[in-house]
Amino acid sequence: MIGGLFIYNHKGEVLISRVYRDDIGRNAVDAFRVNVIHARQQVRSPVTNIARTSFFHVKRSNIWLAAVTKQNVNAAMVFEFLYKMCDVMAAYFGKISEENIKNNFVLIYELLDEILDFGYPQNSETGALKTFITQQGIKSQTKEEQSQITSQVTGQIGWRREGIKYRRNELFLDVLESVNLLMSPQGQVLSAHVSGRVVMKSYLSGMPECKFGMNDKIVIEKQGKGTADETSKRCLSGKQSIAIDDCTFHQCVRLSKFDSERSISFIPPDGEFELMRYRTTKDIILPFRVIPLVREVGRTKLEVKVVIKSNFKPSLLAQKIEVRIPTPLNTSGVQVICMKGKAKYKASENAIVWKIKRMAGMKESQISAEIELLPTNDKKKWARPPISMNFEVPFAPSGLKVRYLKVFEPKLNYSDHDVIKWVRYIGRSGIYETRC
Amino acid sequence: MPAVSKGDGMRGLAVFISDIRNCKSKEAEIKRINKELANIRSKFKGDKALDGYSKKKYVCKLLFIFLLGHDIDFGHMEAVNLLSSNRYTEKQIGYLFISVLVNSNSELIRLINNAIKNDLASRNPTFMGLALHCIASVGSREMAEAFAGEIPKVLVAGDTMDSVKQSAALCLLRLYRTSPDLVPMGDWTSRVVHLLNDQHLGVVTAATSLITTLAQKNPEEFKTSVSLAVSRLSRIVTSASTDLQDYTYYFVPAPWLSVKLLRLLQCYPPPDPAVRGRLTECLETILNKAQEPPKSKKVQHSNAKNAVLFEAISLIIHHDSEPNLLVRACNQLGQFLQHRETNLRYLALESMCTLASSEFSHEAVKTHIETVINALKTERDVSVRQRAVDLLYAMCDRSNAPQIVAEMLSYLETADYSIREEIVLKVAILAEKYAVDYTWYVDTILNLIRIAGDYVSEEVWYRVIQIVINRDDVQGYAAKTVFEALQAPACHENLVKVGGYILGEFGNLIAGDPRSSPLIQFHLLHSKFHLCSVPTRALLLSTYIKFVNLFPEVKPTIQDVLRSDSQLRNADVELQQRAVEYLRLSTVASTDILATVLEEMPPFPERESSILAKLKKKKGPSTVTDLEDTKRDRSVDVNGGPEPAPASTSAVSTPSPSADLLGLGAAPPAPAGPPPSSGGSGLLVDVFSDSASVVAPLAPGSEDNFARFVCKNNGVLFENQLLQIGLKSEFRQNLGRMFIFYGNKTSTQFLNFTPTLICSDDLQPNLNLQTKPVDPTVEGGAQVQQVVNIECVSDFTEAPVLNIQFRYGGTFQNVSVQLPITLNKFFQPTEMASQDFFQRWKQLSNPQQEVQNIFKAKHPMDTEVTKAKIIGFGSALLEEVDPNPANFVGAGIIHTKTTQIGCLLRLEPNLQAQMYRLTLRTSKEAVSQRLCELLSAQF
Repeated sequence: MIGGLFIYNHKGEVLISRVYRDDIGRNAVDAFRVNVIHARQQVRSPVTNIARTSFFHVKRSNIWLAAVTKQNVNAAMVFEFLYKMCDVMAAYFGKISEENIKNNFVLIYELLDEILDFGYPQNSETGALKTFITQQGIKSQTKEEQSQITSQVTGQIGWRREGIKYRRNELFLDVLESVNLLMSPQGQVLSAHVSGRVVMKSYLSGMPECKFGMNDKIVIEKQGKGTADETSKRCLSGKQSIAIDDCTFHQCVRLSKFDSERSISFIPPDGEFELMRYRTTKDIILPFRVIPLVREVGRTKLEVKVVIKSNFKPSLLAQKIEVRIPTPLNTSGVQVICMKGKAKYKASENAIVWKIKRMAGMKESQISAEIELLPTNDKKKWARPPISMNFEVPFAPSGLKVRYLKVFEPKLNYSDHDVIKWVRYIGRSGIYETRC
Repeated sequence: MPAVSKGDGMRGLAVFISDIRNCKSKEAEIKRINKELANIRSKFKGDKALDGYSKKKYVCKLLFIFLLGHDIDFGHMEAVNLLSSNRYTEKQIGYLFISVLVNSNSELIRLINNAIKNDLASRNPTFMGLALHCIASVGSREMAEAFAGEIPKVLVAGDTMDSVKQSAALCLLRLYRTSPDLVPMGDWTSRVVHLLNDQHLGVVTAATSLITTLAQKNPEEFKTSVSLAVSRLSRIVTSASTDLQDYTYYFVPAPWLSVKLLRLLQCYPPPDPAVRGRLTECLETILNKAQEPPKSKKVQHSNAKNAVLFEAISLIIHHDSEPNLLVRACNQLGQFLQHRETNLRYLALESMCTLASSEFSHEAVKTHIETVINALKTERDVSVRQRAVDLLYAMCDRSNAPQIVAEMLSYLETADYSIREEIVLKVAILAEKYAVDYTWYVDTILNLIRIAGDYVSEEVWYRVIQIVINRDDVQGYAAKTVFEALQAPACHENLVKVGGYILGEFGNLIAGDPRSSPLIQFHLLHSKFHLCSVPTRALLLSTYIKFVNLFPEVKPTIQDVLRSDSQLRNADVELQQRAVEYLRLSTVASTDILATVLEEMPPFPERESSILAKLKKKKGPSTVTDLEDTKRDRSVDVNGGPEPAPASTSAVSTPSPSADLLGLGAAPPAPAGPPPSSGGSGLLVDVFSDSASVVAPLAPGSEDNFARFVCKNNGVLFENQLLQIGLKSEFRQNLGRMFIFYGNKTSTQFLNFTPTLICSDDLQPNLNLQTKPVDPTVEGGAQVQQVVNIECVSDFTEAPVLNIQFRYGGTFQNVSVQLPITLNKFFQPTEMASQDFFQRWKQLSNPQQEVQNIFKAKHPMDTEVTKAKIIGFGSALLEEVDPNPANFVGAGIIHTKTTQIGCLLRLEPNLQAQMYRLTLRTSKEAVSQRLCELLSAQF
């Protein structure tokens, strides 16, 4: 179990220190600073073992969060907790920065007391926490309110309180995906996967029962089996269905129902939450294709030509496109010509950065650069790191589609049709690299 | 770089450095550096018109980036260009970059060397200085190759500036340290020595450092430096504090130079009388000055003064020839023992440790014993206390051993944990070494176990047992004492071990007393049984079975204990096995068999005290062995006779060494001087144990390995930390075969393992030895066998020597052991009646044929043992031959290839006087002589 939790700024100064168990002393704080934050070599492993003590850390901008334990804990649990902790803090005071943490340290200690007890994670649902940990001064709660909070937090549906009322029942559904790719110079896909999230923001009255449907292969096949004359339809829909490799759900989803019927039904928390997380590896739509061409002209010159092709419907527009072409370490001068967007040699990053604001589907664009090199007495050959790319597209590269989201509220008199629903797809680049 | 950023400051560099310092994160720093590197690359790229200033600036930036830990793979050429500049600052930065960044295999090394050569050849002292600094700070082999010949010339050239001479001397010193083979000795050496006479004290200081290092390797070449150094030293010492101006440091004239000169003098033995007088005068002056009131209250003043003083004292100790000075030094140190300054106390104790080993000052050191003991008790700094313990150990001798041991024991109760184990070892060694009365020894060690049981290592209690077993006079007392000690409600496990072992062996000696009847002894031990760990329990089980043998009356009780489930079904295999076997043994075997199986342990072979070996290992070989060496020398003097070197280790367990020295003549001849192994390596530990076995017959107890083999054919011949040599041999008439087993006790392999048999010239014609070479590699833990075929051609006296050489780890090991092939091995017993015996006895009445030896018994005079020894010796034991039944009579024939020699022997013990008279009559005088020697050593 977690023995203690520390938050450091980038200099390694401790901002928050909460020790849950006696086996963790103050020297653990210094051990992490010395061995990880100020380490000579950058520490890349998120888990560090120092003197039989395990340190699990995540970094948010300049802030280090480290959970410490002497026991053999489930590392995945600890990281899940740390991420949750970040979410909770973000929900309370926005961006996690040194200043925000310093300004809200009382709140953070209060939260830490609540969400971690003797090192065991507790209810970390923001909605539930907000009912009893508030930032607006001391508001004395009535007895009924208090007992209500208690019953809610300890009850079956700890994430939603009763008696929520909205004039307009509304919900927003975002499908956020990041696509990762590694491609060979010849255009062969070496590895590709999409990791996606379905984020929901709900403003619904009462205790609504929701049912979420998407084009998951198994569900569609199951439904298709029902009637024989729908075979043709099945073929059609089968094309559009996708194979999800693995997925995880928010705690509100009834897993027993998912296991038996593959249907995702739940009573949503109020406000924003992440309904599910998933990963796919098959039939990924790669939004961009990068075609590199590198020619070494003698020892002191290098010619680079890179073509990018957009590979989606012409009606859609990709945004925030950025191509990063690494340059050798002995670059002494760069000339760039590009047809579209802006390109610049950034010496501090050892790369040529080419930025395009917008680009429609089925288009193609090109950049060419001449790199001058300084002869060195070092015999090491340039390792040619891959060309990486960043972008944002308004569709889901995995092919996921939201088929329905039904809302039932048996007690209050509003039906599925009265709920205003918004669905949005955003596909972003993860690590999207092409070797050159 | 303050020198650079002032004057003609490089603003760009300053800005860059401040940028880096202001970076919030590592990433930002890397970005800034990448940007700067790109900028420098673009600057260095094409336009050659880069002026010296910007070149210097960029090279400087690169250097800074490199020092931050980033790789730099360009800019070397620019740095080399800077070397040829005529401006000091540019050249300086160039050299700086080169000495930090250029690795030896760079292509540019030729260019660099060229530039350095030019600068060396220039007459500009600053440039020469820079070049010399660069050579010294790179200091690689390549640099040495290129310049080692040149620098001596610069050093001794008449027209070289003083500052350059200084640099050259230090540069040469550095090159000599890295690659001594490349620095040629030549006629310059004599001129370097004369630098000691230089006007400039800086040059003298640098030269002294150089000469000291050179003289350590080639003492002959620099011998002349001694008188020069002494005269220079005396000039400094006698000068008034204002004479040396710049070189007077807080009223102390040239302290560094003085210290260096004193160090130089420590490379040589005391000089000839003329110079010695002057030196003594100097040293006296230094000692006198120490008595003067300080001229300044500043700590620097006393530091400098004391530095010179301590160096002078170590020179006095090194020379070890002026009793007067030694005693004065000792008194001076005695004053420091109570000084306020912790460092001084530490140094005083440390120096005194070495003083204690000098014969002249040993007594003087001993006068401070109270102060030292006091220091041990009151000192706050643990390292100083540690030194105090060392000093007590060093100053200990027979006269003050009881006091020192008592003090150490009492201190042990409160001692710092970090030094407890060492104190325990030291107490154990001292108690053993200087024990006049072995009851005192036993008391001390038991006390030691009581006070600091946790720190008493295995070796210590092994040693107690070894000594008790080997020494009959203390056995009873030991049994009584451990019995009493065990009665304490809580005893340390080590005490239980010692108690278990000793009572098991000698419990019978105190069984007469009703307070310690067998049953009480057993119950006492058994009450501790359940609190002990498994190995101790196993030992106790063995004790119980020994009790069964010693006291038949407790047999049922012990059988009950062994039979109980907690023993017979113990989860531990070892305990279970012992319980089952002992139970069975006690029920099945008859009293006789029990008595044979559970006979009293035979005496242990004398070897180097295992504790001493442990202490040495703990301290590292050099420190303690030095001490031991010197102590040994002293002990030779104390005993007043020339004693073979290793004798001191064996004297360790001797109550009166002088008495035992008389036994020397009777023992087989030992190889003269220490065995060749002493030249093998610096591992004195091994050397000690080796020599202990080679020269072992000298050991007074004569339980040594060689002697043991006279009466037996199988066993372990030699053992140290690395190697065990076992023997198995059989002899028939004049032929024999010996199997030698070499066991590797370590986990690493021995390489080049070569055992050789060496027969001296006298031995060669008389004894034929044939062997096959063994595999040169002995794996860790493995055993290798070698067969030796032996043929006795004629009678012989010496024993062949087995020399073993091998590599263990990186070190070369050399072990020599005498191989126990003795004349008596070729004995064939002959039975004869009383009549025949006396008839032949009379036939051999020629005075040359008879050899008689009267000697004191070294072992208990036990009839059975003696009988066994005579039979083991090879002759037949003839019963009822001698009219006196107490006497032993034997007969046999020695078979050699050439002749057969009949042999009759008669041993007459005298129980009152504890003496034996051994008479041997054979047909050949030499044989009688040799057999008599061999056999007398056995009793």
